[in-house]
Amino acid sequence: MVALRAGALGSVEADVGPRPSDLTVRLGRPGDLPAAAAVLVGSHAMALATVVATDETTTPDHDLKVRYVFEPTTPGTPDRFVTLLVSVDSARPEVPSLTTAVPAANWHEREMQDLFGIVPVGHPDPRPLVVHDGWPQGVFPLRKAFDASRRVPVQPAAEFPHLVAEGEGVFEIPVGPIHAGIIEPGHFRFTSVGETVLNLEARLFYTHRGLEKRMEGLLPLDAFYVAERICGVCSVAHGLGYCEALEQIAGVDAPPRARLIRSIALELERLYNHVGDVGNICAGAAFHYGTTTGMRLKERLQQLNERVAGNRFLRGLVIPGGVRLDLPADLLGVIAATLQDTLAGLDSLMARIEANPSVVDRLDDTGVLQHQAALDLAVAGVAARASGVDRDARREHPHAAFAGPEPPDLHVVTASDGDAMARVNVRALEARESIRLVGELVRRLLPGPLGVALPEPLPGGRIGISAIESPRGEAVHWLRTDASGRVERYHLRSPSYHNWPAVVLAAQTAIVPDFPLVNKSFELCYSCTDR
Amino acid sequence: MLRILLNAFHTGVVTTRYPAEPSVPPDRFRGLPVLRPGSHLPPPSVCPTGALSEHIDGGRRHVGLDVARCVFCGRCAEDPWAGAITMGRDFELAARCRDDLRIEVVADDPAVPAAGPASDPAAEAAHASSEIHRVLGRSLHLRHIDAGSCNACDWELTALLNPVYDVRRLGIDFVASPRHADGVVVTGSVTRNLETAVRRTLEAIPDPRVVIAVGACAASGGIVGESYASAGGVDRVLPVDVYIPGCPPRPEAIIFGILVAVGRLDARRPHRPHRATTTGSST
Ligand code: SF4
Repeated sequence: MVALRAGALGSVEADVGPRPSDLTVRLGRPGDLPAAAAVLVGSHAMALATVVATDETTTPDHDLKVRYVFEPTTPGTPDRFVTLLVSVDSARPEVPSLTTAVPAANWHEREMQDLFGIVPVGHPDPRPLVVHDGWPQGVFPLRKAFDASRRVPVQPAAEFPHLVAEGEGVFEIPVGPIHAGIIEPGHFRFTSVGETVLNLEARLFYTHRGLEKRMEGLLPLDAFYVAERICGVCSVAHGLGYCEALEQIAGVDAPPRARLIRSIALELERLYNHVGDVGNICAGAAFHYGTTTGMRLKERLQQLNERVAGNRFLRGLVIPGGVRLDLPADLLGVIAATLQDTLAGLDSLMARIEANPSVVDRLDDTGVLQHQAALDLAVAGVAARASGVDRDARREHPHAAFAGPEPPDLHVVTASDGDAMARVNVRALEARESIRLVGELVRRLLPGPLGVALPEPLPGGRIGISAIESPRGEAVHWLRTDASGRVERYHLRSPSYHNWPAVVLAAQTAIVPDFPLVNKSFELCYSCTDR
Repeated sequence: MLRILLNAFHTGVVTTRYPAEPSVPPDRFRGLPVLRPGSHLPPPSVCPTGALSEHIDGGRRHVGLDVARCVFCGRCAEDPWAGAITMGRDFELAARCRDDLRIEVVADDPAVPAAGPASDPAAEAAHASSEIHRVLGRSLHLRHIDAGSCNACDWELTALLNPVYDVRRLGIDFVASPRHADGVVVTGSVTRNLETAVRRTLEAIPDPRVVIAVGACAASGGIVGESYASAGGVDRVLPVDVYIPGCPPRPEAIIFGILVAVGRLDARRPHRPHRATTTGSST
């Protein structure tokens, strides 16, 4: 980071933190931001991990702050976050937009404009993102002065502006937010000529529940139950990410047995998601044997979850300080037997898919995400790895069992084609890796405590940051306590948040009828994007 | 092709017989919390969703549990309150009336059993043989609306169509268009950004129609509650016919609720004495 200090900016103050391995650079003025970001992204090959805005007008600083958090992208680089910290005048809340130079900043900037009223000056597409039609001007719900329980009346609004193409044979297909199947709500507007997609716009944030605001002011131990429920199918990952951020603030470490059980839970979550996703993709290709086989295998795993955690989504296993439930020998036996059957079932399903030209044909070369686009958008998880980006937060930001002195082996699966087939293959191989990993984690289990107590009250004014490899990729959690040790601000950047713009890009290489395949091959969450 | 047939043959029948045969959840399953009157019941602040409440009446402490709000986290049944509340294994919790999901005990008097407000049996019977049952009979085609759920309830609705639950065997199906539907299953607390879409979808369904609120968020606002972004439950926006508690409700619990909606099973009633004494594993 010496280069940053000596770079285009002259010397800047850099502090260690939030974690001992991290750096926080306070920029003198918001205008320094583009140059500082260019140094990190350019000379240091870093990518944008998350952007967190905070309202600190009631603190002695009397300002708004924006933290742009970057992370290294070269495999094997030590775990480190670099935060560029900008103080924003609340009377004139403006920051220069990074989106043109750092495309991954796009939605982050629009979100802080909607929720904090911080204007990203020069943003190429400053339309509202999180708040929808009829939201009154000048009302910013994540400002501290906004009363969390306040209902805001819906005002009459014009139709949301979108790109309109005109010409012979050009037509628009609006889909959603309520869909024909049992899926989450989003609005997709295709502009097409025949079946060729000219443009696709995805409008999300229909499931914005205001959960980050909901958590503010709560005791961190209570807010955990909200974090665990941000997303159903990422319950373990998000619950764990919140816990690890909180444990940093508390200055405690979960004991070894608890970490192993946390990692086992994380892999069981990845497994039921991945196996279900492989089945789901068959639905998009009208291969019903594959669909029902995937459903059956997933169901078996969710029944296993219920035996392990008392909940089919593994809620109630991970808690702050450790885990709530142990894994006794009889349950370990059940897990081993179920995973063995799952492996056989998955192998057979993949063999049927590969032997079925009508499925393979639909997936090959469909919805291609270029390697460079995946890097520019800071795409995460399966979608990134299927486009040749060798990144996995279990290795890059070790957590749970991986944070110990002798981390388990991890085989990170990548592919280069970037199409739907590559994403299906990566998923299937990762599911196998999860099964192998659970076996290894179980072998390492030694008797020991399941948790540590957190101090009460928790230390005030501290920041915790964590990154967890959820089934959909890296999720970044940022948590800060107020002076009394309650939640002052919590922010989740889910992998889907960075991946949705990639779906749009990939879909533009496909034909309209293939969109379900493209979408299912990314398999993103709406609820953890929208929060 | 032959492989596929062989595989299918080898797999055999995996479908459950629920509700003809009962479903027994595993030991660790967290169902309806059982409050024990007379013991040391926890303060309401223990509950992360505000499902527990208390008030003093006639000098005695009354503790209430709103089952619709409960997310079955098990925290109120942990030390130091273990024993005062235990997590039961009852999951068939659907009710036609929001008030039927409120349980109350007098904390310091073991003589007073757990009770909800007195239900009106006549009204209940009238409801079950209502217009809905007369017109729709015993089969129900439903449209799903995600009104801002975390996706867990949605996945459980999808699970109803998997080979294990296969609700089509019970005459229940999910349809693509509201015009083809007899009613809706709604998940999520109804976000501000979806409120209009939710109303319009219901309006597109011909009368009579049923509205089933699935999961804690839909039934009561759940852990999301009411805020700038959330209405705080489906009944703030639409009249609800059946409430299905759970976070999320397991698939059998949803089947139970849907069958209650068509009058094929009886709803959960406040005064079933065995519910107050059910002992479940508190794991
Ligand atoms: S189990 Fe239900 S009542 Fe008990 S603390 Fe959890 S949400 Fe509250």
